[in-house]
Amino acid sequence: MIYQGKQKIWADYQKEIPDDHWFYVRSCIRQNFFPGAEKMFLEICRNVLHKDFYETENHTTCGGIAYHCDTIPQETVMTIVARQFALMTEAGYENYVASCITSFGNYIEILETWNEFPELETRIREMLWKACRREFKKPKYVAHASDLIYKYRNLIAEKARYRLINRNTGEPLKVVEHIGCHYSKMFPSKGVGGAEYPYVLCGMIESWGGNVIDYPERRHCCGYGFRQYHVKANRGYSISNTHKKFESMEPYHPDMIITNCPGCPYFMDRWQYAIAEMEGKTYGENGYGIPVFTYEEVAGLVLGYDPWDLGLQLHQVAVEPLLDKIGIEYDPAAKYEGLDHKDLLRPELPGVLRCC
Amino acid sequence: MMDFGFKISPSSAINLDNADLSLYDELCKAEPDICKCMACGSCSAACPANRFSGMSVRKLIIDLQRGKKKEAVKMLSDCMLCGKCTMVCPRGINTRHLILSICKLYKED
Repeated sequence: MIYQGKQKIWADYQKEIPDDHWFYVRSCIRQNFFPGAEKMFLEICRNVLHKDFYETENHTTCGGIAYHCDTIPQETVMTIVARQFALMTEAGYENYVASCITSFGNYIEILETWNEFPELETRIREMLWKACRREFKKPKYVAHASDLIYKYRNLIAEKARYRLINRNTGEPLKVVEHIGCHYSKMFPSKGVGGAEYPYVLCGMIESWGGNVIDYPERRHCCGYGFRQYHVKANRGYSISNTHKKFESMEPYHPDMIITNCPGCPYFMDRWQYAIAEMEGKTYGENGYGIPVFTYEEVAGLVLGYDPWDLGLQLHQVAVEPLLDKIGIEYDPAAKYEGLDHKDLLRPELPGVLRCC
Repeated sequence: MMDFGFKISPSSAINLDNADLSLYDELCKAEPDICKCMACGSCSAACPANRFSGMSVRKLIIDLQRGKKKEAVKMLSDCMLCGKCTMVCPRGINTRHLILSICKLYKED
């Protein structure tokens, strides 16, 4: 195929992402799992790139977890989301950015449903008015936070202090990228690269110097799957999924994993401990695991932020071997020191998975 | 090893690089029609044994294509050779003849 033809096809997979003025909504679970990630996103966008990002303490959950666990009906989720849109409208914004992949999928699903069934939108507007006397305009653009880091990836690369390169060999790091299922598998046209070629994380990795690994189970779910984990009897499904992914990527010897979903980094990180305890198997070098990061954490690392300010001490898999590989400076003694040198206490070390 | 109250199920992933497909290649030479199968499942829907034993020509062909010989041979024992699958195949594959050829090749093995 001629190059222009390829470019034309690729253009269909692109997504319009406005440059500035965003209303930001956080994830329910990310701040507990990876506490530095969202803070770093706002820090980079506001203080490094000087963009306008507004967030309000009045926003709530989008209801996505309960919706995907089948515990609340869609009308309830729609009313919750309508309230979020009302907050955006009151703040005077038109561009809506979600930190969570499931929220992003949820917002898109609701907007698409309202397009197909306008009478439902009218009903939800009525319900919102009855519930809290609010009105809303639908957002002009809905993006996931990773879309924005993707958009700003070259600006970040220009300001970067480190690159995703092994300083001992000079080779690019082998990076596994894992896209959350609700990013583009539900509505392919809403994600960069669609469902077949999601490019959002690949773009970041390539801009920051790494090499993307293509492996057989690349597009497989991380294993979270809501009901697969939240119902304890189903947790075997969850860990089996994750196990399948790790078995598939193992022969390619990845140095790190980057994800853009709240659940994926958590499960790919913590299940490595569970797999090690259950089967005695680890997937990294010398008994370590493969470190798993959110895209904001990686952006923070390449920009030269202190790894402990990014919250990397709360990862199950030790990140130090990777930091050494890239050549990132860190103070091992400060790992469990919180704000104002408060001692965060040391966690118990696992039996099989090697940790620092 | 620690017991968390749940287990890791064995992976269903099939590594085609490691699968032995030599018999399937032989079968393709003997029964070139097998390549016409589009896995529509009409044969399985028409099969009188399907409901009781899970016999399915569609599954049988897929198993052979994936090198899962044991599963395929086990399934063959449930076929009554009634020929209903041949009558409904939209691609006109003589599935009854195909099953006999599979029996010859794989059961010898």
